[in-house]
Amino acid sequence: MSGFNKVVSSYQEAMAGLSDDMTIIAGGFGLCGIPEGLITEIKRQGVKGLTIVSNNCGTDNFGLGMLLEDKQIKKMVSSYVGENAEFERQYLSGELEVDLTPQGTLAEKMRAGGAGIPAFYTATGYGTPVAEGKEVKQFNGRNYILEESVTGDFAIVKAWKADKIGNLVYRDTAMNFNPMAATAGKITVVEVEEIVEVGELDPNQIHTPGIYVNRIIKGSFEKRIEKITLAKN
Amino acid sequence: MSLNRDQIAMRVAQELEDGYYVNLGIGIPTLVANYVPSDIEVMLQSENGLLGIGPYPTEDQVDADMINAGKETVTAALGASIFSSAESFAMIRGGHVNLTVLGAFEVDQNGNIASYMIPGKLVKGMGGAMDLVAGADNIIVTMTHADKRDNSKLLERCSLPLTGVGCVKRIVTDLAVLEVKDGAFHLLERAPGVSVEEIQQKTAGKLIIPENVPEMTFDH
Repeated sequence: MSGFNKVVSSYQEAMAGLSDDMTIIAGGFGLCGIPEGLITEIKRQGVKGLTIVSNNCGTDNFGLGMLLEDKQIKKMVSSYVGENAEFERQYLSGELEVDLTPQGTLAEKMRAGGAGIPAFYTATGYGTPVAEGKEVKQFNGRNYILEESVTGDFAIVKAWKADKIGNLVYRDTAMNFNPMAATAGKITVVEVEEIVEVGELDPNQIHTPGIYVNRIIKGSFEKRIEKITLAKN
Repeated sequence: MSLNRDQIAMRVAQELEDGYYVNLGIGIPTLVANYVPSDIEVMLQSENGLLGIGPYPTEDQVDADMINAGKETVTAALGASIFSSAESFAMIRGGHVNLTVLGAFEVDQNGNIASYMIPGKLVKGMGGAMDLVAGADNIIVTMTHADKRDNSKLLERCSLPLTGVGCVKRIVTDLAVLEVKDGAFHLLERAPGVSVEEIQQKTAGKLIIPENVPEMTFDH
């Protein structure tokens, strides 16, 4: 690497420094927009005791669900964890801790974490089990709860294109949590479909500026689809 | 006759107004998209980051990068925009979405809703439901009036863990349209052929019945 060039050539290099008990923030919604190769590398490394902050936990045998097979995850912070039998088994047996977090609150926790804001008030979850143990404050007659932001030792992100200095463009709804995740890692690693030369991306169209990105690797993606629904005719 | 799922969706569709941005939950709410009146335009929001949900794709159009919040493959409508989850929930929490339609296990007479968790059963999570009910001014709940054992789902007080407090204003069930205000359910309409007595019998919470309760009408 030299200057701002953040391209790495191996997954080992991409995830160098990962160790047991770390927190990883992951982009993706279901199996859409997930850094498939980075997840495979985490599995290969075999690190354990991970806390993973991600909207979902993949499915059996794909996405983050792969990390359940060798019990690498200690705790999941997610809004929805269906579609996964091994997850259910580990959760019910108490091997896996789950912090269910409303989806918008989860996105804002990542956004705030990356933006240097330690906590924020939201009406989401007031009066529900989510509010237990959290400070309540009234603004203009309405009740809000205090939610703390999150940051990770690593953030793993999937983007469509990157230039060599880490400016990112996402594609369609594969964007989802990726832009916030990208800001919230001490080390942010991005797996992309295509790496282009500096100058090829229009500065007006950059979704994530390169300042947030530490390492880029070109992946090859299977892009599994959870539910193929087709037009009737 | 009680309404079937499509008829509930048809009745909800009558609540849509021209120019509305609408978030439809999973299940019956999703069906509402099939019954948008032809003389109005609405734009559907999907909380994973799409404003302007188009029809399901043809086989050639299927794209793993284009899904809705139910993780189904979709297309983008003309004029759609795509954005991050934080932006999506800024729209929702900030009150920019005009109408949210979602299902529920229980609603009570104070507008509390329980929709994500049954103790003793596996909890899969609330997804975006807590943000949606906290952010929307205008929430319609669709559900059957009673469960399979005829236990009312319209209660004095929700028994299950809540998704949101004091947020539901309107309910469309297989039997009735009701408004929730001042600590009571107010009966507005009944399904064709359904008696006020049946609705009363299947409503456990406080029910206000006006002198005249019209039957729902369907143009389709």
